[in-house]
Amino acid sequence: MTSHDALPRTARAAVSHGRGRLSGRLVLVNLSIPAAPVALILAGLLVTGGETNLQVLITLGSLLLACLVVCGISLARWLTTRYRLTAERFELRSGLFLRSRRTIPINRIRAVDLTANPVHRIFGLTTLRIDADGQGAPAGRGLRLDGLTKADAAELRRLIIERRDRDHARNAADGDGLVSELDRSWIRYAPLTVWGVGSVLAGAGSVYRTLHEMKIDPLELGVVQDLVSRFGSVPLWYGVLLATLAVAALGVACSTATFIESWSGYELRRTEGGVLRIRRGLLATRSVTIEEDRLRGVELIEPIPLRWAKGAKLNAVAGGLGDREENRRRRALTPPIPRDEALRVAAEVLPDAVSPEERNLLTRDGLAPHPRAALRRRINRALTAAIAIAAVPVGLGLWLDPALVTIGWITGLALAAALTALAYDAYRTLGHAVRGRYLAIAGGAFAHRTVVLRREGIIGWNITRSPFQRRAGLLTLGATVSAGDGVYKVRDVSVARGLALAEAAVPGMLAPFLERDPAAGR
Amino acid sequence: MRLRAPRNRVPGRAIGWWSVQSALFALPLPLTFAILWASIPPTRELFMWFTLISLVPGLLYMAVMPFWRYRVHRWEVTDEAVYAASGWLWQQWRVVPLSRVQTVDTLRGPLQQLFGLSGISVTTASSSAVHIKGLDQKAGDELVAYLTRATQAVPGDAA
Repeated sequence: MTSHDALPRTARAAVSHGRGRLSGRLVLVNLSIPAAPVALILAGLLVTGGETNLQVLITLGSLLLACLVVCGISLARWLTTRYRLTAERFELRSGLFLRSRRTIPINRIRAVDLTANPVHRIFGLTTLRIDADGQGAPAGRGLRLDGLTKADAAELRRLIIERRDRDHARNAADGDGLVSELDRSWIRYAPLTVWGVGSVLAGAGSVYRTLHEMKIDPLELGVVQDLVSRFGSVPLWYGVLLATLAVAALGVACSTATFIESWSGYELRRTEGGVLRIRRGLLATRSVTIEEDRLRGVELIEPIPLRWAKGAKLNAVAGGLGDREENRRRRALTPPIPRDEALRVAAEVLPDAVSPEERNLLTRDGLAPHPRAALRRRINRALTAAIAIAAVPVGLGLWLDPALVTIGWITGLALAAALTALAYDAYRTLGHAVRGRYLAIAGGAFAHRTVVLRREGIIGWNITRSPFQRRAGLLTLGATVSAGDGVYKVRDVSVARGLALAEAAVPGMLAPFLERDPAAGR
Repeated sequence: MRLRAPRNRVPGRAIGWWSVQSALFALPLPLTFAILWASIPPTRELFMWFTLISLVPGLLYMAVMPFWRYRVHRWEVTDEAVYAASGWLWQQWRVVPLSRVQTVDTLRGPLQQLFGLSGISVTTASSSAVHIKGLDQKAGDELVAYLTRATQAVPGDAA
């Protein structure tokens, strides 16, 4: 369906000479942008029967205006954008008033990815994204060509990769080295991604706000009034139970749908040039390329419901995936999958894990535990949270109604028990170890995170101590890397152990600033 | 084993800078309440309490923070690395090898200029930078010059 590398028969001659422009179908895409507010206005007129008020008109009118401006800008972009691929560089010219010309040397190009959003796919378009090395100006780092036909984009991508790899004598062959691909049974993990319920609530909230903005109170709509008059007499607990079940069912449906949309056609390949490529997506197809040179490690994530089903997700810790936001979207190596499968993928993805201890990089066995003070810290935090939450109904109850006091006490005790259990679990999760060429860090309460970082990828230490940590003789050791979140923390380790760990992971970096503790005498 | 403090302190003028900064942060709210207290007689009692409640923590902050910060803030540059300590209640120590440094920037806010101070941030390929604030301006310029030279001299890919 999305074989980007198949030679398109209809590729225009211009593209094969490495020059071209954006597709004319982009005009149609742009015309669809103002279609949404126009449709909204028409729908609003229909619903209200032609009557409307000034506020609605102003809101929708400004929306329409904004959309027209966007549309105009992208039309100008379509008219003015030209690209050219020469033997040494890729050039992009664009802009009507502000002419810009951007050049990327071919040998600095790290990755060429194709993505297509649903609207683009209707019109057979894709976005080509070039990631490049480069310091200084962001122009040197990469660019996006938004709105190429699929055939053009695939051809251009092939040409760029071919020219780049000609110098490197790299094997550009694709299609070998399948690391992992979608297994239909994984869909059982889809309902366990927590935010399904959250997205239902958020969706309901934004629908309510939109209606409110249009001066329509959903509680006064005929349908809702009818429901209330029919079911208004059921007991409260029944209503609450029903509502909870409905939200949960919708949440499950939402997260399953999201899983299918994001992960259909998933495959993770390792090509011989030392490149990992992830492809996935049903409506919007995404393809992410990660150079093994820039892969600093991997991260295994086990959020609570997924953990109970022995599932996990695997993320890459890699440079060149864009800023924080883009990194979050592009770092996933696998969907939620069985933990064992995730471990297998991790072992295959890290290229130089050869010694036996590096094979089992992500296992929990052999991680050094953290001092008891770390447990005290977590339990204190859990109890503080429980007290703070319970204090609200108790306080209100003392003021208004004694029944609330009882509710407050019960909530407080239940929360204290649950959060203490969570704190204990979080403490047992904490761990760290140096494993061959890697540093392993584990931690996390709601989601367990196990990170392995290539030790040579650590480019600095960042040590923090809160007042409590200073009293308890603890510190948090942050390893900074030029990838992923930027800093990965070993939380609440004892001072001596933490500093020794830093020295073991990257010998010599911290050494000039260490001294023997005169008080401890060793 | 323990981490020793970096060798160089920031100049004493930094205490003045932090005092002004903390005053700008802590005083506007109680001042607003005090003006309301003075101008609306019927709500005198309410605004008196508001003023006091917002003023006391602010004064405490102003009295403690600058001196505590002065004790903690230190910096050091060796042939291999930049080492800096900062913070007061929450403290941090950061080490970056010179071979990993990508850019060195100077930032002088209006207040810092008033006190003849200067701030430096040392960026690496990682998203977090090391900031050394409250340096003497001359020392800051020298430090930037040294770091720029050193990062060119020390081999490293800075990646």
